[in-house]
Amino acid sequence: MLSFIARRLGVMLLTMICLTFVVFYLVNLEPNLKKLALTQTNSRATQEQIDSWLQRYGYRDPFLLRYAEWMGLWPKQPAVDAQGKAIPRFSYCGDTVTPRLSGVLQGDFGCSTKFRTTVGKKLFPALEATGILMFWVMMVMIPGALIIGVLAGMREGSKTDRTLSVVAIGSTATPEYVSGVIFTVIFATWLGWFNGSAASATSRGITFVNFTLPVMTLAIYGMGYIARMTRASMVEVMTAQYIRTARLKGLRFRAVVLKHALRNALIAPFTVIMLQFPWLLTGVVVVEIMFRYQGFGYTLVEAAGNNDIDLLLGCSLVSVFIVLITQLISDVGYAFLNPRIRVQ
Amino acid sequence: MQLDFLSPTQVVIHILFYRLWPVWVAMAVLMGLSFRYRKRLGLYGQLYDSGVGISGIALLSFWFFAAVFSSYVSPFDPLDQIAVMRNALPGAIEPQSGLPFLLGGDKLARDVFSRVIDGSRIVLLIAPLATLVALTVGITLGLPAGYFGKKTDSTLSFLANLVLAFPVILLFYLLVSPEIVETGLPRQTAGVFFAFPVILACMAFGTRYAGRPLLLAIQLLVVLAVTYWLYSTFVFFDDPFGQIQVTASTLNIFVAVVFASSPGVFRIVRGLVMDIKTRDYVAAAQTRGENPWYIMVWEVLPNARGPLIVDACLRIGYTTILLGTLGFFGLGMPPESPDWGTTIKDGSQLLRAYVHPALPPAIALMSFVLGLNLLADALREESMKD
Repeated sequence: MLSFIARRLGVMLLTMICLTFVVFYLVNLEPNLKKLALTQTNSRATQEQIDSWLQRYGYRDPFLLRYAEWMGLWPKQPAVDAQGKAIPRFSYCGDTVTPRLSGVLQGDFGCSTKFRTTVGKKLFPALEATGILMFWVMMVMIPGALIIGVLAGMREGSKTDRTLSVVAIGSTATPEYVSGVIFTVIFATWLGWFNGSAASATSRGITFVNFTLPVMTLAIYGMGYIARMTRASMVEVMTAQYIRTARLKGLRFRAVVLKHALRNALIAPFTVIMLQFPWLLTGVVVVEIMFRYQGFGYTLVEAAGNNDIDLLLGCSLVSVFIVLITQLISDVGYAFLNPRIRVQ
Repeated sequence: MQLDFLSPTQVVIHILFYRLWPVWVAMAVLMGLSFRYRKRLGLYGQLYDSGVGISGIALLSFWFFAAVFSSYVSPFDPLDQIAVMRNALPGAIEPQSGLPFLLGGDKLARDVFSRVIDGSRIVLLIAPLATLVALTVGITLGLPAGYFGKKTDSTLSFLANLVLAFPVILLFYLLVSPEIVETGLPRQTAGVFFAFPVILACMAFGTRYAGRPLLLAIQLLVVLAVTYWLYSTFVFFDDPFGQIQVTASTLNIFVAVVFASSPGVFRIVRGLVMDIKTRDYVAAAQTRGENPWYIMVWEVLPNARGPLIVDACLRIGYTTILLGTLGFFGLGMPPESPDWGTTIKDGSQLLRAYVHPALPPAIALMSFVLGLNLLADALREESMKD
């Protein structure tokens, strides 16, 4: 088991290196650098001014060298001013004039040129805000999906099953930007129960009124999928021999479902729930933009829109890490939960 | 200026009978004939045995015919701005032509109804095509990965997992932007992607008809002609027939969507092949000494078609959702584009004041994806029966 986890962690590390390399390449494409230079100097800068700015701030250094600087394998060099004197690259991030080893490996994610602060100071509060949102989404989505799935799957082909299956199919057909619009129209514009914006959740704290719609919107899309997986798993378990035995020895249906079927039926959904995280990440971005909640998704959009290189790299690192770690947890967890699976 | 309004009942009658009648007629003919002859229509006919299947087909054929007849159905040009109609409520009558804005006007005074109908053309063109290309990419790479295993499999799987580890939204922000179009990257990627259908076709014909050179030569010529058309139209933007105009930003979207969904197809094909290659008929073909590529394309692939068809249905729906996401973030599509994602984005900014510009495209997108999901569900049920 341990060697399995070690091997998976190795592959994960390799994947992260490859991916950051790809992202690094894409954000450093010539037109992207030009866009960054334009926002950093002024929007009417000439081609020479742009070139000189990029040259002086080290964006013209060899690609691999800059990747190594970002990773923390090579000392970061200061920028130089027009006279060739060393100046700190971005003073608002506390950069120094002396070259020093300061990259991801040392815990320094670089400097956000859009928010004029270090990436760490911007990214971690945003992640915390998104974490809160995710927590509530999970609290709504998982129990809801499991209940729907189990109710539908325990009597295959019944009226409840068919109704709930159609509901589940409907929810998988409703992406966040559709359900967000529909919920806002019904609950905010017409009924006026909830806020159509979660902007006040960032400034004045989370309340039932401003947080319900984002959570509902985000939960609905994933719920149908998990419910369908739970149903399939439940249907399979209910046809197993030991369930028939339990029924034949005279146990009541409710006891059979709760005591015998449920435990085995919930193994498969566990994997599915874990693999939902990458999907939720996209949903988070949609919901945070739609409901103006300042979390990870909002940060990502701002970083991408302004070609904020270090912040975008930081965001990619975080999201790729989340995707890979949830995959790992789902594999390891599955092996733990299901005694029939043995990994070599 | 005071606008005249139709009553809600009149609006419904206008939409259902005056505007959508060609769609209803076409649907009635298609579904009526299919239902009548469902016993002879194979898998498609069996779909008419279940309510889920019928409702799926109804939703899909509705949008298909709406896209086909969009120039008759939509009363106004989707880009026309008629200043008096800004944010007009549903049923307002446009003074000049006397025609009503059935679902009202949006913030730029365009007819919401016409935009939703015209938007269906964009979605119904790009989503299935992108899925088709993604399918060929996934199949061409998934077959050898599943069949040969070992190094081939681990290399290709690693690459696929690399793409899958990217959250879709990040991928889109990195791959779809005017800056990326400037570098020419989408064209190069499109050039690579369009090679896969060609490779698959060559492999299929080459392995099967190697003993009949004349037939093979004709088939390869046809493939060559199609390749020429494909590349000149989509990669070099110069359709020899002058029929299809592709812009660089549309190609950018297309490439990004194919890129995001082909690893998923790859994984499914790989899994199916690994299962099927243990069957007796594959062993028989191997004993006959068949070329491994012949076995993959002509023995394994046809037997994997059931799950692949179901997956393709779901995947078109997923691609539609991805397209909507792109539109919602204003990536790639031109800002005035009538596609559903862009329209939802525009409408959702004003939800507090006006709900009518955002709701119709949202419901349109949902119903189309719902149709695909229902169809996939019905297909799965049918394939389970055998």
